[in-house]
Amino acid sequence: MTQLKSGERQLAMILSGLVLLAGFLLAAAGHGDPMGVHGWIVVLFAAVILVVAMRALDDPEPTEDRTMSYYDDPTKVGIVIALLWAVVGMGMGVWVAAQLAWPDLRFDAAWSSFGRIRPVHTSGVIFGFGGNALIATSFHVMQRTSRARLAGQVSPWFVLLGFNLFCIVAASGYIMGVTQSKEYAEPEWYADIWLVIVWVVYFILYMRTLARRNEPHIYVANWYYMSFILVVAILHIVNNLAVPASWGGAKSYSLFSGVQDAMTQWWYGHNAVAFFLTTGFLGMLYYFLPKRAERPIYSYRLSILSFWGIVFFYIWVGSHHLHYTALPQWVQTLGMTFSVMLLIPSWASAGNALMTLNGAWGKVRDDATLRFMMVAAVFYGLSTFEGSFMAVRAVNSLSHYTDWTVGHVHAGAMGWVALITFGSIYALTPVLWRKKTMYSWKLVEWHFWLALSGTVIYVFAMWNSGITQGLMWRTYTESGTLAYSFTDTLVAMHPYYIARAAGGALFLAGAVLALYNVVMTIRRVPDHAPHLDYPTNSEAAEPAVPAGE
Amino acid sequence: MEMSHEFTLVLAKSFGLFYLIALSIGITAYAFWPSLGNRFDTAAKSILDDEDGPCR
Repeated sequence: MTQLKSGERQLAMILSGLVLLAGFLLAAAGHGDPMGVHGWIVVLFAAVILVVAMRALDDPEPTEDRTMSYYDDPTKVGIVIALLWAVVGMGMGVWVAAQLAWPDLRFDAAWSSFGRIRPVHTSGVIFGFGGNALIATSFHVMQRTSRARLAGQVSPWFVLLGFNLFCIVAASGYIMGVTQSKEYAEPEWYADIWLVIVWVVYFILYMRTLARRNEPHIYVANWYYMSFILVVAILHIVNNLAVPASWGGAKSYSLFSGVQDAMTQWWYGHNAVAFFLTTGFLGMLYYFLPKRAERPIYSYRLSILSFWGIVFFYIWVGSHHLHYTALPQWVQTLGMTFSVMLLIPSWASAGNALMTLNGAWGKVRDDATLRFMMVAAVFYGLSTFEGSFMAVRAVNSLSHYTDWTVGHVHAGAMGWVALITFGSIYALTPVLWRKKTMYSWKLVEWHFWLALSGTVIYVFAMWNSGITQGLMWRTYTESGTLAYSFTDTLVAMHPYYIARAAGGALFLAGAVLALYNVVMTIRRVPDHAPHLDYPTNSEAAEPAVPAGE
Repeated sequence: MEMSHEFTLVLAKSFGLFYLIALSIGITAYAFWPSLGNRFDTAAKSILDDEDGPCR
């Protein structure tokens, strides 16, 4: 707040006041419905921000020249929120996994049933952890690569806090049973509309910051982040086109029906994997990996080529989720073909990252942060190969609806997305808070091995489980009947489900260490005045770098 | 003009095909254009030291 001018504080007040009003409206219209509860949650959220803004209203104006520094406060808050969501989302994941192994852990409540807390897990890790990490790092990366300060003081906060309000409304809705039954797009119409507003502000902020840039060329990480913001907006709007059943309730009906609905949903669903869980995190990879390794990316040209390859191919692959359904055969084949082609740009990115480290393997050995990024690139390569393979119709006939899919998703989400994020956070934290170092490198090391062993245990358990399951489902007796009942397959899954919960618990323990380590770095590690030069102002007579260097 | 299934199919198989081929050739040419090499190298190196604040 101290960095905001009084006009900006007023704007923050007005905005939170408007959200507060909207919350009241929602609470009044949805009285007696879960939507009403959501209204009160919005009121509470907005009221807290309103109070913070009001208390700071009469503070002195900021004195330093704000144009001379990057605006890092939203990034800092975003990183901490992301880690909090990581603990919540992964904790929910471990609980869900444990419920599958020991169903009694549901404790007989409606809200704690699998169908309700599973989306809390998925949304918590994808949107809560991943989304906040993406927003925070994108603010950081766009400023650094553009050599320009964020274009706005209030809008970054609006984006960050608005997005978290969406996450809270989403998660609390699932617990109450509010869902539109679209995987990864469960929140109902009012939450969807709110996200559109937040996302458009995000897009405008990104464009305006890029427009201020002092670098002639837009660094490739920005392209990835831009595609994430733009395409997620398109996907979200189209897939959530729906008509509310009434203005006073959290129930809506999709504009699409039947196989069109399924196709739209999986066009959205797989592109959420592509543009939420891949391109944004590739932006992280292309910035933080070279930075940490202190070497430029192996081939910049290849990074451009793989960017367009990924953007172009990914858009078409959604239909591989609907093999052997009512979807026309040619659409299935189209999705399958593009999924296989997608391997080329994916491996180009993974290879590019690993080739960048070629010659710096000593650093990878010594520095757990860089090792996080290296292993993330390896898992990216592995899971994209697996994905292309599973999209082939013949393979899919075995893998579909089994735990193999779950294993594949987690190889991507834990091995690739989470590891690159943790690596980036460890690289970013000392820079952002101007600290000498992380609080404890030992804990980073511990986190690395916990995360890696957790991922490996999880993925192997699900591979075994999935393939066993798939084979049992398709085994016939001599008389042509199914050899195994569904319950037989469940019994066979049980040991793997225990292993899966254990792997997830290790991964969660690592995330808790990360949160602790980051918080302790902020609180305990002495400040470090960076040995940096003055900003290279074009009017300054002195060179930015001393002549001797 | 009516947006029928047949019409969109014709559009996809004619215009769509060639526009995507043109796009991929264009992107490849851009990525490997010799004179852009310096610009790409500068961009790749510029991120290694960028904590000195915005240039304004």
